[in-house]
Amino acid sequence: MTGRIEHHPILGSLENRKQILFHFDGKTYTACESETIAAALLANGVRTLRVHEEKGTPRGIYCNIGHCFECRVTVNGVKGIRACLTLVEEGMNVESGVQLPVPFKEGGHQK
Amino acid sequence: MTDVLIVGAGPAGLSAGIACAQHGLQVKIVDEFPRPGGRLLGQLHEEPDGTWWNGMEEAKRLLEQAEKLGVDIDCGVSVYDAAKTKEGWSVSSSHGNFEVPKLLLATGAAEMALPLPGWTLPGVMSIGGAQVMTNVHRVRVGERGIVVGVNILSVAIARELQLSGIHVDRMVLPAQNPVTRDAGNPEKVFQSMLRVAHLAPSTFMKLGSKLLKSKTMQKLALQFLPGIGGIRMWGIPIQLKAAALEIIGDKQVEGVKIVKINAKGAPIPGTEKVIPADFVCIAGGLYPLVELAAVAGCPFAYLPELGGHVPLHNERMQTPVEGLYVAGNITGIEGAKVAAAQGTVAGLSIADEFGKLPEKNLLSTAIETVEVVRQNATIQFHPCIAQGRATVKNMSAQHKSDA
Repeated sequence: MTGRIEHHPILGSLENRKQILFHFDGKTYTACESETIAAALLANGVRTLRVHEEKGTPRGIYCNIGHCFECRVTVNGVKGIRACLTLVEEGMNVESGVQLPVPFKEGGHQK
Repeated sequence: MTDVLIVGAGPAGLSAGIACAQHGLQVKIVDEFPRPGGRLLGQLHEEPDGTWWNGMEEAKRLLEQAEKLGVDIDCGVSVYDAAKTKEGWSVSSSHGNFEVPKLLLATGAAEMALPLPGWTLPGVMSIGGAQVMTNVHRVRVGERGIVVGVNILSVAIARELQLSGIHVDRMVLPAQNPVTRDAGNPEKVFQSMLRVAHLAPSTFMKLGSKLLKSKTMQKLALQFLPGIGGIRMWGIPIQLKAAALEIIGDKQVEGVKIVKINAKGAPIPGTEKVIPADFVCIAGGLYPLVELAAVAGCPFAYLPELGGHVPLHNERMQTPVEGLYVAGNITGIEGAKVAAAQGTVAGLSIADEFGKLPEKNLLSTAIETVEVVRQNATIQFHPCIAQGRATVKNMSAQHKSDA
């Protein structure tokens, strides 16, 4: 189970943040304003952000600070965006990465 | 007109920015993360005197001070190149180029991976990633987790997860292999744990104070420590004689297959079992994040006691490359307080280069402060840090005299 940590013995209770709506793979989710796409999805119980381009195995958040690129998603049509560094916005359209046809073609990503 | 560009808005970068701005320099700080503070943001631990080190508050304090002094801070900016020009540096970023006379790299550290079968499953995170999710984003990483890798950082963060009401079922070692090396060796890990004994005094008092001093006693204790059970810190079982073989799951984490190991880390056949979990944290330790120093053409030294390859620098935090400075974990893995003290040195040193530091004693005092902070650090990442620091200093001096 995921979800939010509303109360914390040292850090205190979460302040009320504005709720916004965004889309992930066609479904609508609620996020808190000024949180990352990765945090918003995990809070909604979504762990898988893409599949391995060749093998199709699921991938999620790993380092959470932009180093590993495991959480790359497509945001409003732009590919390769790190969900852990990108703030979610009202109406944002986020899509997970998909398995690509193999064998990969040289320059195929540029089509 | 920016006098100095600082890459990284953590404790080192912010402190450096403050010191520069206090001496009349125009400072710009960029950081890839959406908000400033760096790894300070997630830090939360109890000091031996019973007070809490709340990194979030520290970051806020530094940020307010920097903003008051007019430091320009841009977040969400990724820097990917730094090229030397006649006048200084041309720095390439996701948000365009910056032309600046002086460049300070305060990029911090990255986490070492401990690859094991199943580690790409959703629900497996680095321990630092889980820390950020928990303390910064305040989102639960799961219900019941297992930490693979026992070190200073992972023990501190396991405690943070627990404070947030997340159940850490146990901490185990990674199975020993050429990548994990000492991280899979119970004797080595136990010795490193004794250095954080003060974080959970009651745990280690039970083991007896003689243990803390004698290597023979440490070895004996380890032989008699039960493989499954081991020691506990804040009630979290730390199983130094169990290792993770594989993370199990179809679409996401469902459990971890562990095995009993002997005191040298060799698995005991027939003792494998699967422990259910819905998240796993991998803790391989930290290494300096140095790529930008490399592309900038800085010479390096390999010093395991500092966490790996570090850019050469003197005690004024100047590298051998003109106009290039470093501060914080890029120079070696230490705590946030040391990073901040180094940042102040770097800032004053840059101000001095610009001829804007009339009070020279400020810089020598700041250099001494780094030493004092290092000696008083609650969390010592490596027992031979002082030695590593001395080596870098000598190598830097040698490099200068050779040139």
